[in-house]
Amino acid sequence: MAVHNITFTLNGEAEAAVVPSHMTLLQMLREEIVMTGTKNGCAAGECGACTVLLNGEPVNSCLVLAVECDGQTLVTVEGLAHDRQLDPLQQALIEIGGVQCGFCTPGVLISARALLDRNPHPTKADVQAALVGNLCRCTGYVRIIDGVLAAAERA
Amino acid sequence: METMEIKPDLIGQSVGRLDSHEKVTGAALFTDDLQFGRKLLHARIKRSPHPHALIKSIDVSRALDLPGVKAIVTGDDFPEHIGLYLKDKHIFARERVRFVGEPVAGVAAVTEEVAEQAVELIDVEYEPLEPVFDPEFGASPEAPLIHPDLEKYEVPNFIFPQAGTNIANHFKIRKGDTGRAWERCTTIVERKFHIPHIQHVPIEPHVAIAQVDQTGKATLWASSQSPFAQRNLIAKTLGISQSDMRVIAPLVGGGFGCKAGVTMEAMPVAIATKVPGYPVKLRLTREEEFYTNFVRQGLVINIKVGCDADGKLLAMENTMFWDGGASTEYGVNITRAGGYSSTGPYDIPNVKTDSLCVYTNHPIGGAYRGFGMSELHTAVDQCMDELAEAIGMDKVAFHKLNCVRGGDTLVTGMTLHPVGLEECIDKVAKAIDWGEKPPAGAPNKRRGKGIALAWKAPAMPPNAGSSARLELNEDGTATLGVGGQEIGQGTFTAVAQIAAATLGVPYESIRIAGPLDTQYSPYEWQTVASRLTWSMGNAVRAAASDARRQILETVAEAWDEDVNDLDIVDGVVISYRSEQEQPLKEMVIYGLPNEDFTEWTGGPIVGRGMFMPTYVTGLDPETGQGERAVVHYTVGAQAFDIEIDMETGKIEVLKGAAAFDVGQAINPELVKAQIEGGFVQGLSSAVFEEIQLKEGVMQNPSFVDYRIATAADIPHEIESIIVEVPQDDGPWGARGVGEHPMIPAVAALANAIYDAVGVRMDGPPFSAEKVYLAMLDAGIVN
Repeated sequence: MAVHNITFTLNGEAEAAVVPSHMTLLQMLREEIVMTGTKNGCAAGECGACTVLLNGEPVNSCLVLAVECDGQTLVTVEGLAHDRQLDPLQQALIEIGGVQCGFCTPGVLISARALLDRNPHPTKADVQAALVGNLCRCTGYVRIIDGVLAAAERA
Repeated sequence: METMEIKPDLIGQSVGRLDSHEKVTGAALFTDDLQFGRKLLHARIKRSPHPHALIKSIDVSRALDLPGVKAIVTGDDFPEHIGLYLKDKHIFARERVRFVGEPVAGVAAVTEEVAEQAVELIDVEYEPLEPVFDPEFGASPEAPLIHPDLEKYEVPNFIFPQAGTNIANHFKIRKGDTGRAWERCTTIVERKFHIPHIQHVPIEPHVAIAQVDQTGKATLWASSQSPFAQRNLIAKTLGISQSDMRVIAPLVGGGFGCKAGVTMEAMPVAIATKVPGYPVKLRLTREEEFYTNFVRQGLVINIKVGCDADGKLLAMENTMFWDGGASTEYGVNITRAGGYSSTGPYDIPNVKTDSLCVYTNHPIGGAYRGFGMSELHTAVDQCMDELAEAIGMDKVAFHKLNCVRGGDTLVTGMTLHPVGLEECIDKVAKAIDWGEKPPAGAPNKRRGKGIALAWKAPAMPPNAGSSARLELNEDGTATLGVGGQEIGQGTFTAVAQIAAATLGVPYESIRIAGPLDTQYSPYEWQTVASRLTWSMGNAVRAAASDARRQILETVAEAWDEDVNDLDIVDGVVISYRSEQEQPLKEMVIYGLPNEDFTEWTGGPIVGRGMFMPTYVTGLDPETGQGERAVVHYTVGAQAFDIEIDMETGKIEVLKGAAAFDVGQAINPELVKAQIEGGFVQGLSSAVFEEIQLKEGVMQNPSFVDYRIATAADIPHEIESIIVEVPQDDGPWGARGVGEHPMIPAVAALANAIYDAVGVRMDGPPFSAEKVYLAMLDAGIVN
């Protein structure tokens, strides 16, 4: 099995890893780098729990090969807060109660971050569309959507 | 209980969740996040491809030869049965397989890939048997037996297996005389409904890691609603002492019942007994999550309800065939719950119920949010809607005429405690402007409104207990030990409020001792049945009262004062008599000195508390009658305002409303969050969800083919309403509400569909296609 030496930017820091060809980005994050905020819910690109930003675009990290990230820029849920300052989305989800079990939360936050980065003033329908690939079984999405809208309003 | 006390300000206050910061930053640790190093072994499972077959032989020799394979186990290695109520299951199948996906052998290997390859190399020879897929047929004498040894299984005295049949439990109600009551009914509705199997679908799949040491002591790390039940059941089955079986349970990424009892967690422990020293990890794939794990049982229900000319309900006959699946170890009690609650929250004097738990060659039925009540209400509340319509009575008026009230004699003979069901009905009716029917938003749409009620009691053994411990820290904070699990519902926050309010410290001063660990955490039966706020809440309140008493006695002695003159306010002990003050800081560990520091009083403060209901009585096996069947009922109502697209059959929910009587909301926003989440889960089950089984094989084991509600599928608006009629033995009157919000959804939506287009279907899901075809059948569209 071929392995590859790759370098990339992860949450603003330079990183390097040695990855087999078939290793997914999700596996690299969780098993090689041991940064476990990004969750594995289906390993098939269906639930969105493993969503990360790849060059600013939200991707299901279970469907991206690690080797594809060579030279690229990655942001995971651990990279949303800076200098002990939460991202407005994180703050809004806490305040509005958009977190229950918390397993979908990292993926939801990343998808929402990508939305606000390209559309700082989304409508409710925009938020729903942006989160349609992030399954949540606890909240009924109500407070997640409200949280994203509130974060957008504050920004 | 001290319900007459003045309610502290913190009770009823919507403080923020204490676990949300770690959850939004990715710091929160779930079981799959735990690290076990390079010696970790990976387990995979050889599963039955047959719904029903004898195992003729298992040959593991080829698999054992594969480099990297460390252990292979089969049913021969573990002869004892396992099960929560009825002990009818083995960890790995022995002699016979009973559903597609049943574990036959387990492999531990150095990588998941090697384990997968080894599973492929295990050769199993089967002799297929005639399967049973229909619970109604399964209950008949003609059906082949799935568990010929049923009479030999260990079972508690409130479950009634029928030897020589596939009926694992037959719960009966014989109340009044339905035969004579039918003669007095002017209107009778008789219907049959089919409720399909559905899956829980937590976003976190099941995962468990086990390690056994050289002395045989076992540790299990699991995503678990039930660390103590798992300790007890797995230890007994493997011949380990309960205290030598340690279960550590980090935060749970959604449960909904599927991580209660023991499902897959026994397998890694069993495998680990063969490789002492090695941690063994089993993580279900999403596909396995769908087809091998406990499901919500299917139900076939025949129901007949009648009322007099004034609309007063007189009689109900109800026969339920629960599709228990290959094992009914947990499901037998769902059947019992469906039986003792079989009228729904309606006052009906004459009732005949037969609730039958039937073995089939389908996946194993287990606990699912609502524990049988969603399925039951789907039938009961559609019949109520039809009866009201048939006698020309307003449906809300009909519900209010017949709904249960405090003091009513319920279906089991139990007297109901005070409940606010009428208030719930009024409030949801008002929320959707019941009685008004504005036109639909487009010519191709029809508008409809529907309402349904719900009730549910915690379903559990009569003596399910809770305990708690509150340990004070040098900084004046307190660490609360509990055995109930945080599965998203917010229980850690609610009990922290209860502890803080009781002790007299700010909410921020309470820490939860986590993760749950049977070696340190106080005992809790299971995190199920919407019972924690009430049961664990009482234990926490008792523990905090105990700590408070110890603190006040210490200070009273040091100050030579009466404890009755002392209080703890905001973390400071104060005397109303001498006006002295003493912060909790330091004194709760080091005690207090006398004036010249020659003597000390007090010491480290540890409060303990427990709660166990002592008053639940048995029920007569022939009549289902008894003094107190359950601890209490939480009741509520739900309503829909919808539009149906006549060209596609698609349902759009304009507004949903739900009201539940929670006794006392400890944290109103958390209660509303439960109502919203349950509403959408119920709606999802009503329009999308069905495990499609063909010859016992699940046809749709993925999120693509088994759709659940997404952010785009929710109602335009959900109004969550809290009603509070206090529970006499709940903490400040609180009752649980975790499951209830999903219960009335299917019936309420079905009634709204009927109101919109005049069709009824024999069961959910009410997909656009099914609604359209039903309209086509009825000649409403062509």
